[in-house]
Amino acid sequence: MRVKSHPILGEDYRSEFVDITVDGKKIKAMAGEPIAAALLAAGIKIFRNTPKTGQPRGIFCGIGRCTDCVMTVNGVPNVRTCVTPVEEGMVVETQIGHGRWGENK
Amino acid sequence: MKNTQVAIIGAGPAGLAAAIEIASAGGKVTLFDENQKPGGQLFKQIHKFFGSREHKAGTRGFRIAEKLLQDTEELGVEVLLDSPVYNVFDNFTVGYINSNKEQALQAEKIILATGASENALAFPGGTLPGVMGAGAAQTMINVNRVLPGKEIIMIGSGNVGLIVSYQLMQAGADVVALVEAASGIGGYGVHAGKIRRAGVPLYTSHTVKDVVGENCVEEAVIVELDENWQQIEGTEKHIKADTICVSVGLNPLTELARLVGCDFTFIPALGGHVPEHDKNMETTVKGFYVAGDISGVEEASSAMEEGRLAGIACAESLGLYDNQKASELKQEVWTRLDTLRKGPFGQKRKDEKDKLIKLAEGGEQIG
Repeated sequence: MRVKSHPILGEDYRSEFVDITVDGKKIKAMAGEPIAAALLAAGIKIFRNTPKTGQPRGIFCGIGRCTDCVMTVNGVPNVRTCVTPVEEGMVVETQIGHGRWGENK
Repeated sequence: MKNTQVAIIGAGPAGLAAAIEIASAGGKVTLFDENQKPGGQLFKQIHKFFGSREHKAGTRGFRIAEKLLQDTEELGVEVLLDSPVYNVFDNFTVGYINSNKEQALQAEKIILATGASENALAFPGGTLPGVMGAGAAQTMINVNRVLPGKEIIMIGSGNVGLIVSYQLMQAGADVVALVEAASGIGGYGVHAGKIRRAGVPLYTSHTVKDVVGENCVEEAVIVELDENWQQIEGTEKHIKADTICVSVGLNPLTELARLVGCDFTFIPALGGHVPEHDKNMETTVKGFYVAGDISGVEEASSAMEEGRLAGIACAESLGLYDNQKASELKQEVWTRLDTLRKGPFGQKRKDEKDKLIKLAEGGEQIG
């Protein structure tokens, strides 16, 4: 859910989008925003599953400290999505456990 | 190797203010930040600041950040973004990563202005997606303009909890409950009044007992606490929510101060383990200064003042100011800091800060 108009910040005039792929599905992201913001805007809250018990995890600290929001991005596991900006054509995958290195690197 | 006179780590309010002081005195400054943009947490602070006019009261946080960035740019401060600092070596060499490469910079003085991170709270269901720091939610709505959820429960009623609750409503969410374990509201009455008038139910003497949901937050169970902070059976309330925001304090980001061997002390009111520092903001390791939340969690106004203090002290020790000029400038800052640390909320911080300073200055005499 995007905040289009805001009583203090006014209208959101940003109009530059990029396309990213999340688990095979294309979503539109605002150019330059963190991956986590694009996912929340698209209603995606589960970013990974834990190594031992497979429990779901999402964003927690939002400043790159807690590493709860890590995902596999362009084939690289453990990327902190709250501090990594989206890029055109980025491939984002829900990370299972410690993740696996892919071929996109 | 690249070199500079003062390396400042962290480009939030404290680091930016310090950089401006040193550059104004004619010093060469390099400012590091691990993020893509400078400004620290100021850009998500869309509320008007408190204090008096010289503390920029009445100005919104992000406007203060814009001004600080403009000043650093005009003064020609070198700002290295996307550059996490991983260590500082014995001879004041800053080790950092930029463009996926290890790099080094030789400095004469170093100011650590790394800030703080939010505390977590342990409760059943506390790891479910949808449970997040109040600051994380605030970044999402005010910087990225994305709502993390529609029905929100805020845990903790300090100023962060109160202000972020109000801002979540400004962004279009419903705050369905504010839960506080203590018997009274923690933050300023003026902030509490705003969300109370907006109809947010405030549950004091309550805590979260359980958060349930299949894969994400769906519902929270809150429970009343007795005067011994024990849950009272039978008082459980079920509240439907998709997001739980946790605002139960912050703790200083002190890793670098630990690495370089600063002496620490434990002061809960300042956020936990904090590096000892003197009235110049210098730690027990000569040439290393701290400013802002790393030296005790307060807020952005005092962080900027501490940054100025550290900046003036650095400029003095580099010979850019004589002692008289420096002590005049420092006295001005101390007067403003003392004003900020007044009243029922500020006085306690002042007392704890004074303890911290005594420790460092006492340590110097002994050591």
